Amino acid sequence: MDDTYSRAGNRADPPYLAADYRSTRVRAPSRPLIVIPQTLSEITGPVYGHADVRPEEADLTRQHAGEPLGERIVVRGCVLDEAGRPVPETLVEIWQCNAAGRYIHVVDQHPAPLDPNFTGAGRCVTDADGVYEFTTIKPGAYPWRNHANAWRPAHIHFSLFGPSFLTRLVTQMYFPGDPLFAFDPIFNSVSDAKARARMVCQFDLDTTRPEWALGYTFDIVLRGPDATPQDPDHA
Amino acid sequence: MPERTPSQTVGPFLHLGLAPADYNFRPLFAPVLAEPGLAGTHIRIEGRISDGDGNGLPDALIEIWQADAQGRYAHQADGRALSSNSFRGFGRAPTDQAGKFFFATVKPGSVPGPHGRQQAPHINVGIFARGLLKRLFTRIYFADEAMNASDPILALVPPERRHTLLATPDAARGGLFRFDIRLQGQDETVFFDA
Repeated sequence: MDDTYSRAGNRADPPYLAADYRSTRVRAPSRPLIVIPQTLSEITGPVYGHADVRPEEADLTRQHAGEPLGERIVVRGCVLDEAGRPVPETLVEIWQCNAAGRYIHVVDQHPAPLDPNFTGAGRCVTDADGVYEFTTIKPGAYPWRNHANAWRPAHIHFSLFGPSFLTRLVTQMYFPGDPLFAFDPIFNSVSDAKARARMVCQFDLDTTRPEWALGYTFDIVLRGPDATPQDPDHA
Repeated sequence: MPERTPSQTVGPFLHLGLAPADYNFRPLFAPVLAEPGLAGTHIRIEGRISDGDGNGLPDALIEIWQADAQGRYAHQADGRALSSNSFRGFGRAPTDQAGKFFFATVKPGSVPGPHGRQQAPHINVGIFARGLLKRLFTRIYFADEAMNASDPILALVPPERRHTLLATPDAARGGLFRFDIRLQGQDETVFFDA
């Protein structure tokens, strides 16, 4: 059975076991994955669209009585597949810490202030051209306990569905020029420098709103169609 | 052509974005997939996900994707009409402090497989967690299902490992199945690459 989705692009992903990221050591499977064909169960997938999401959920700065502290930013981009086709009407979920590097999450014990005007969760659905846009606050860096003096570079978590079970992606968007890149085992779990660069957004003056917010662009590329040449008798 | 954006872990704060009921943000997804009136055999699947040390994962997220009781997917790649528009076939459950999760759904029907062979009833499972740099993919099959013997995907799994994919019916409670996920070590769950 021919593949519907490319397998070649999987090499961009990190391995399950990345020893410098400590918790992978007990959570990565020790047995090889079993390769299976892409059946109807894999080439179908959950469909959530504009009817499920409210427009205001894309603005993380307007979820409370007041405005959150920090640097207001716009993050905008196109969701594409590996063939360069836009992925329209697909759900994008994001979450992040506040400007001080603190998550509202109950597990976060970093002694930086919470912001009563910032939750740090948002969602939207891409338009007909695959474009999404969020307004939020630039997240701070924060310490974690992976190793001595470990700090995560500033990032926003992104979760996307795409058109099938196989296009599901959870990633993190980083900010250009972060001095913590060299020290972060999660960022560096992606071994190829060019692939790491695809997780970094770009400052964009055209996306920047005068007198209001800096703009960043971040295109996201999901798994796309298999490009293996087809036997014409079986295409 | 553009190249793939790499995967990264959901991290320990995944609930904030993916299951935000505790954070005053409207959750989109639930572990309950089927309304009471939906046609089919209503089942509940309970399980626990554990790491290589046997510890439950308090910071994992399980997603399931399945066909309805007639074996039809709520998706355009499956051209067959659904019996009910209310069934979307997708569920999402964060684990509790002990690593436990549950889903309430209907047992899926058999679905088409490769080369014209039918697949036994099954549910696709995606697993995210702190310490998982990319999603893990496994399947739930049902231990009491005769079709398992001819399932083309199970046939690719070494026989001594197939039991890790079988949800087992609870003898005391009708409709309840148990499905544990072991990321590593003894009885490590079979994970797939599609």
